[in-house]
This record gives sequence, C-alpha cells and structure tokens, in this order.
Amino acid sequence: MPDLKLIDAEATAAERDAIDAVVGVEVSADGRVARRDRHRRQLLLPALRAAQRRVGWVTPGALGYASRRLDVPPAEAYGVATFYAMLSLEERPPDVLHVCTDLACRLKGAEVPEGAVASPCLGLCELAPASLRVTAGEEPREVQLPETRLPVHGDRLLKGFPAGEALARARELGPEGVMDAIEQAGLLGRGGAAFPTAAKWRAVAGQPARPHYLVCNADESEPGTFKDRVLMEEEPDAIVEAIAIAMLAADCEKGYVYIRAEYPLAHERMRDAIAASDADIELRIGAGAYVCGEETALFQSIEGYRGEPRNKPPFPVEVGLFGKPTVVNNVETLVNVPHILLGDARPTRLFCLSGNVARPGLYERELGTPLRQLLDDAGAEPAKAVLLGGAAGTFLGPDELDIALDFNVTLGSGVVMVFGADADLRGAIHSIAEFFREESCGQCVPCRIGTVRQVEALHRNDRPVLAELAQVMRDASICGLGQTAANAVQSGLALL
Amino acid sequence: MFGAGGGTSSYEETRAADLIVLWGSNAREAHPIFFHHVLKAVNAGAQLIVVDPRRTPSAQWADLWLGLDVGTDIPLANAVGREIIAAGLHDEEFIARATTGFDAYRASVEPWTLEEAERVTGVPADAIRELAHAYGSAEHAQLCWTLGITEHHNAVDNVFALINLALLTGKVGKWGSGLQPLRGQNNVQGGGDMGAIPNKLPGFQDVGDDAARGKFEAAWGTTISPEPGLHLTGMFEAMEHGDLRAVYVVGENPAQGEADQLRAERLLSGLDHLVVQDLFVTRTAELADVVLPAAATLGEAEGTVTSSERRVQRVRKAVEPPAGARDDVELVYELARRLGHDLGSPHAADVWEELRSLSPMHAGMSYTRLEELGGIQWPCMDEDDPGALFLHGRLWDAVVAERAPFMPVEYDPPVDLLDADFPLRLTTGRRLESFNTGVQSNRYGSPLHVGGEAILLAPEDGERYGVADGSRVRVVSRRGSVEAPARYDATLRPGLAFMNLHFPDLVATNVLTIDATDPQSGTAEFKATAIRLEPVA
Repeated sequence: MPDLKLIDAEATAAERDAIDAVVGVEVSADGRVARRDRHRRQLLLPALRAAQRRVGWVTPGALGYASRRLDVPPAEAYGVATFYAMLSLEERPPDVLHVCTDLACRLKGAEVPEGAVASPCLGLCELAPASLRVTAGEEPREVQLPETRLPVHGDRLLKGFPAGEALARARELGPEGVMDAIEQAGLLGRGGAAFPTAAKWRAVAGQPARPHYLVCNADESEPGTFKDRVLMEEEPDAIVEAIAIAMLAADCEKGYVYIRAEYPLAHERMRDAIAASDADIELRIGAGAYVCGEETALFQSIEGYRGEPRNKPPFPVEVGLFGKPTVVNNVETLVNVPHILLGDARPTRLFCLSGNVARPGLYERELGTPLRQLLDDAGAEPAKAVLLGGAAGTFLGPDELDIALDFNVTLGSGVVMVFGADADLRGAIHSIAEFFREESCGQCVPCRIGTVRQVEALHRNDRPVLAELAQVMRDASICGLGQTAANAVQSGLALL
Repeated sequence: MFGAGGGTSSYEETRAADLIVLWGSNAREAHPIFFHHVLKAVNAGAQLIVVDPRRTPSAQWADLWLGLDVGTDIPLANAVGREIIAAGLHDEEFIARATTGFDAYRASVEPWTLEEAERVTGVPADAIRELAHAYGSAEHAQLCWTLGITEHHNAVDNVFALINLALLTGKVGKWGSGLQPLRGQNNVQGGGDMGAIPNKLPGFQDVGDDAARGKFEAAWGTTISPEPGLHLTGMFEAMEHGDLRAVYVVGENPAQGEADQLRAERLLSGLDHLVVQDLFVTRTAELADVVLPAAATLGEAEGTVTSSERRVQRVRKAVEPPAGARDDVELVYELARRLGHDLGSPHAADVWEELRSLSPMHAGMSYTRLEELGGIQWPCMDEDDPGALFLHGRLWDAVVAERAPFMPVEYDPPVDLLDADFPLRLTTGRRLESFNTGVQSNRYGSPLHVGGEAILLAPEDGERYGVADGSRVRVVSRRGSVEAPARYDATLRPGLAFMNLHFPDLVATNVLTIDATDPQSGTAEFKATAIRLEPVA
C-alpha cells in the first residue's frame, strides 16, 4: 500500500540498512530496479527488532520505514511495537540491563540497580539472581548473566543421541509408521496441556488445505521455567531433527521455531542447528510477551500482528499459522521424538528446580516420581510452600507434598519452586498477580479487567472479590492466560 | 492502432488481467481513474510491472520497476522482443496467420541482446529478461503507455516498438489482452473520435479517402481538402514561416503548454488574429484579439464524452453557465452565422444525430441507448450492436483479411544531448492534484499545490552541484533558463531531474523544453531536456 499516510520522521541510514537486511533492499544499488514483494507483514517484528538492535530503540523514523516497506499502516505497526515489552518506543541508551525481579530471583534477593530495567522471569531461575544485558549497535549483543551453566541431571533427553539416525529411521517408517510409533509410546504434549502428540500430527496430515506448517513453541516464558532453554542450549540438533521428523509425519512444508527474546545463547545454538539441517525451518525471535507462548497468540506474532490469542475453535490443526493447518509442539515434546524412534520410550519429564534448594537446576525424572524424592535430590529446604507449574500453576502447602509427579497433577511446564521457611510468600503472590496484570494482552474483558482488579483486591485482602474474579476469569477468558491467572493466587492465599 | 485511434481493451479486462505493464505511464498520478482499475487487478493478484525513468508513485505499487534512461524505450522493447523470441515465448501461429513483416522484425531486434540493452538503457539484463518472460508467458496481459512513450521526437516509433511486442505474443484482439494508450482527460479520446486530427474526419475516416470525404462533402454542402491539415506543432512551424496568420484556439493553452515556451509566446503574439475560446482567461487568452467565454462541458452543457476505453457517455447540463459564458456548440454556430452560414439552432442532440449518419462506428449509438447501457464502446455499427469490449478480434479469424504489420524500429536517442555544459537529464510530467498548465487546477487554493513548482533532484546531484534541499536554483537549458525552488527526491537516481508543467506562472518549465517533434504525431520531446544547475545570483 504505497498510499499509506506515513510518519514524517525519516529513518537513519543505519536503521534503513538494519531493516533492509531483514526485508530486502527496496531499490537495487544502481538505482535501476525496484521490487515490491507483497504479503510480507510477517516480517514486521523481525524488522522492528533489527532496528532496535541497531540503535537501541524503535525510533519513529524506523517505525515509519518498516511500515512503508512492509505495507503496514503505521498505526498498526505502532500497535505491534507497543505490544512487546522489550521493544522501546522511547529513547533509550544502546546498552540496557534487564534485571529479573520475578519469583525465583526475588527469593535470591534480586535488586534493580540505577539505570537498569526490571524484567519478568528471564528463564535463568537456577542461576538466580539473573539479568540480561542488551547492547545495540553495528554488532548487537545480548548476554544472559550469569553466563555460567549448571550440570543437568538426567539420562535420557539430555544425554545426546546419534545425529541423523532417528531421521533416517523416520524415513524408513514413513509418516504413518512414525505416527504409530509416537502413538504407541503414548507421547503427550509437554507444553502444559498434555495433548497426544500423534493425534495432533494425524489431524494436520489429513488436512487438504496447503501448505501445512509446524511451529516449535520455544517461547518458554512461564515464570520458573527454563527446561526448553537448557534443551536448546544443550540439544539443538536433537530439536531440529525432531522438527524434521514431525514435518515428515504431518506432511508440513515449512517449520518455524519461535524462541523468546531473552535466550540469546539458545538463539545462537538453534540458528546453527537449523543451518545444518535440510528441512525448511525458519527461526523467529520474540520481543518480550508471555502471552505469545499461547499457540494462537504465537501465530499472530509470527504473522506480524499483536500477540492476541484467537478464539478456538477452529483449532490450529485446521486453521493455524497463516490460516493453514499447523502442528504446534513444545520443545520438550519434540525432543522426545528421536529417542522414541531409536527405541527409548521411557516416559520422562524435565523439572525446573529453583528457589530455596541446595542444588537448583534441571532434573529429568520418570513420570510418577514422588515429589518428595525430587525435592530431596535437589536438597530442598523445609518448605512453607512449593509452586508447581509456574505462575499459572499451583502452590502446595507442606502437607500436600506427598504426591506423585504424573499427569494427574498440574505439572504445567515442570516448574518446582521451593519457598523456604523465611520466604516472602505474600510478596510472591502479589508478584504473580502483578505479572498477570502486566502480561494480559488486553483483548478480552475478563482478563484485562480481572487481572487489574485482582491486584487491587489483593492489596485490600478482599477474599470474596478475589474468589469471584478467579471464577470469572477462569470461565470467560479467551485463552489460558486469563483462565489460569488466579490459580496460584488462590492456592497461595490458602496457605497464608 | 492498426488504423483506429483507441485503446484496444476495456477497464473490465484490465481488472481481470494477470499482468499489467505501465510503460512510460505514471497512471497513479496522471490517470487515477484508470489506476483504480489497475489496483483492483493488483489486489486480485495481478502482477504489475512499471517501466519509467523515475520511480514514480505508480512504480512504487509495482512488483517490478525498471528504471531505464530517458529515451531508451526502443532498445528496451527490442531487447524484450528478442528475448521473447529466443525463449520461444512468441506465438508463431498468430504471427503466421495475422501479421506481416516478422522476419524483418526479428532481424531488427537481433542486435539487442540483453547485455547490449543493459548497456544502452541502464537496466540490468536480468530485469529485462524478467519483463520479457512475464509478458511472454502471461495469459491476459495489458500493455499500457502514456506520454513517457509519446512525448519524444520519435514518438510513433516508440509506440510501434510496443505494438510489436503484442503482435509477437498474440496479446491483442482477444479478451483480456490488449494495448492501451491512456488518455489524459475525460474526453481526449472523444476529440480524436470527432475528427480533431489533421488527417481524419469524424469516426477516424481518412481525408484522403475519396468516398469518405465525398460523404461529408455531400452532407455539409462544401468541399473538403484531401490534404491533411496541420497538427499543433505544425501550426507553430507555419506561424514561424508566416504561412499561418490567424488561429482559433478552443480549450487549450498553447502559450504555456508547448515546448520552448518563449518561442510559442512570440509566435502567438505575432499573429494577425488570435481567437481564444476558454473557460478562463489563460495566458494564451491574454494574447488574443478576441476571447469567447465558454461554458464548461461538465455540468453546464449537453453532449457526450469518450473515455480511454472508447466508451461514449452522455453528459448533461446541471446548472446554467455564468452570465456571458456560452456553450461551445452555441459559440461555433454563432460564429458560423456571422460568417454567413446559418446552421440553425444549436442542439447537441442534433449534432450527434448528424455524426451518427456520417460515422459508421457511432451509428448505433442513440442517446436513448447511451442512457440505457451506461455508455457504449465503439465501434457500434447499428442499434442491435452492443459495442465492442475489445478491438481487432478480426486478427483471430481463421482467415485474416487485413493482417497487422510488424513495424521494425531503430534506436534514436533524444535530440537534446547531454554534455559537459548540460550534464543533467530533465524530464517532465504530471502531479496527481494538478492538470496540465493549471488553467483549471490552479483556480483554487490547495495545500497540495504548495511547493509544487519545485525542480526535483536526486540528493546526490544536489550535493554534487551545491544545491541545498529547499534552496532556489537557476535551471538552464540550451533554450532558456528559469528559477525554481529545488527539492531533493530520493526516488530519482543521480543524473535525472524532474519538473512538472502545472505552475507556469511560478516556474515556466517549457522555457527549457525542446520542440524537437515527431514528424508523424507532431508531439514534442517534453520528456528529454539537457540542463545544468546554476546558483541564483
């Protein structure tokens, strides 16, 4: 739409170059040929990210230039840019320190120094307190602090595998054979919903509409969760091979990996692994939005819109990314695939141990492992509460810890966060409520208003109103964010 | 073309096209109504390719823009033709059945390899190949052009170069594909239809054709010269030679609209007698001995107009003209009466009925039918004829009685050559909100007019010649100089400058332009002027 009413501000040459590197040059270097590719709105977020990584923030000039190049009305581009916490539309120095002030880091005494920016969970909970240094410039850099990594505890998913063998096996088995094998192994989704993976693949494989897409959901943003980050850092080739196998099984033309912005090392490792693969896989990086972990919000984000979840049905297997049949699988789910095809179908799960424990980190355990045993393995302090499943999960009291970790309990994303005797549980509950208030996309009323009212009612300790809000959000919100926004608050309050 | 002066296709076909090529046309600004049909096609998935030295607003809508050097259309078209043949995308069956002269054409384009065309036009070979393959393989392709093709000293050759491409690929005379010279005003087509062409009588009947001429002579009770008259440029030449001493100008402002404006003013001022009939007191009217105030065609008069798709439409009188202004037909009748020929009482409907009786292509167009059908596209031979969506369907007959000839054409660069003294190529054109010399569009104030008289420069040229963005500069050509504000325009490549002709009272652009004219069409080379920039003293 070259007739857009554009912003008067001009992008600088540096910003234009950064955006052009994403969207292609407008006019050939000799000034003789110009091309206009249509339907490229999906490049909006990468373009805005590129501009910010070059100069530190999204200037009006850069916003206007990205709008013009991608035929997006500037008002809509502004709506997209302002959706993401890590994109700044106000001037900012090129070097910014994001300091995590979320649950695990609070337990470890996180403080935000002068000039730094407070951040929701950075997914580095086992190394709390954590931060992320973002440096814009000609050679932009993001560094997670601390840069050290802890040993992992597991003997299956994190133990490596012979590269290429599972894909070769998948080619022998053919799509049906692969799906049969996955079905027999009983693989359930590890993103939180525990949906049978093979059923999802079959549903997409059978759709006449084309193309089919596969999206690897690596937008791990649930406070307390870091398993997918560790997987991407440690086992990127396994993930990419798993994606290739899933694409083969569900007959997908193209795959996307959508990783949250806060994981620079994972970006690097996955980029390399994708480059080494033959499958048509594109890496997409988020820009700071918890809700984009919701699969339809993630589609919106890839497509260049605000990450606002869609109504379901239709479900993604029918109408997903770009309106086409789409498989969405979590990273951990996919990593199971090559192991299953190579004969190791043990049902393990990854648990993210953090908080008041002596040995925080990632633990791989078979389903059904007693929670007590896991806490002992990690050297947990005597707990006044354990948060299971993250901000969307549940607080367990000291007398609720004798349970087995299987799909009957809310494992969510595998968070096991221990609150010791001296921990500020009330502060954690308030923090969770504030997190949902900040991360609500604002699209549907129960969540937009409910998450704000929940914070207010907490300050008044108005339990009847909190209970009512919890019910309304659970019943009437469009997506899981609003539906779970009161879980931890309600279960936590019961322990006070 | 092929004897009929109109676009071959309809807007309806434009909307359904797979490929639209705008060659030397900035339709987005200059033909906004046509362009909205283009946009409908684009939005429905059609490919749009624009060939233009400037990356115009139209080009900014294009999937592919080719920025050739001004005046190198023939090398580009010939290279496209050569590539189409080389790739086997030409329609051999159509060529054999419906055309003549293919071998000579093939020989004439043979030297124009993609590489040679790149060297001469500046457009990279792969982009030329892309255009050739897109046009050669499109099912429904519309090839459209405007003044970028025709405002050259070799205008007709330029047009032939494009027609050759349509003949080569059989993209004319069938639904969906055609050739469209876009018309700059609602009734430019109608002017030609009615015989305002030196060698044509109404309905494109040749003055040299004894039978046709005889028919008109009988109807009008007079003798008509079989010799063609003069086109506008020829008239100025005749004024120069003293052969033309009296001129009657109707609705035109040649004092500012012609190339080499100083010469045009001098010649008009030197006439024995100049009559101007116009809505406004134009610059030309200021030079006139007699001014006849005219009513506006739209709204103040009855009659018809013809659009670019050959559609004749009724226009109706909605309001009375201002006191003293009279309908054009009425003025002509009155003039005739004063000259001793009483034509009766003036009624547009009567004139139209006479036309129908003399022009076979209009014969079926009664006012009633024009009203019922929302206009009719000529030719419409009788009252059962629905009109023609497209022309030259005969080329697809099993036996083609009158074949369409290929017209091999050679490259002939612009007359006004670039050299050390005049290093910049100035091209001229139109803006969306203005019309021609501004006689109509400068009557009202508009924020869109502000700064519209500027010369647009590539930022690199501004810096190179020390002309700051927004400063005033003297623009000098071999014929004269004007002072104008300069504005940087990043859509221009270095070496190319642009001016419009809309604000002649502020900046008389046509003082600069050259009146090198095409011998066949009489059009001057407005599109290619050599200039230099000088600081304002």
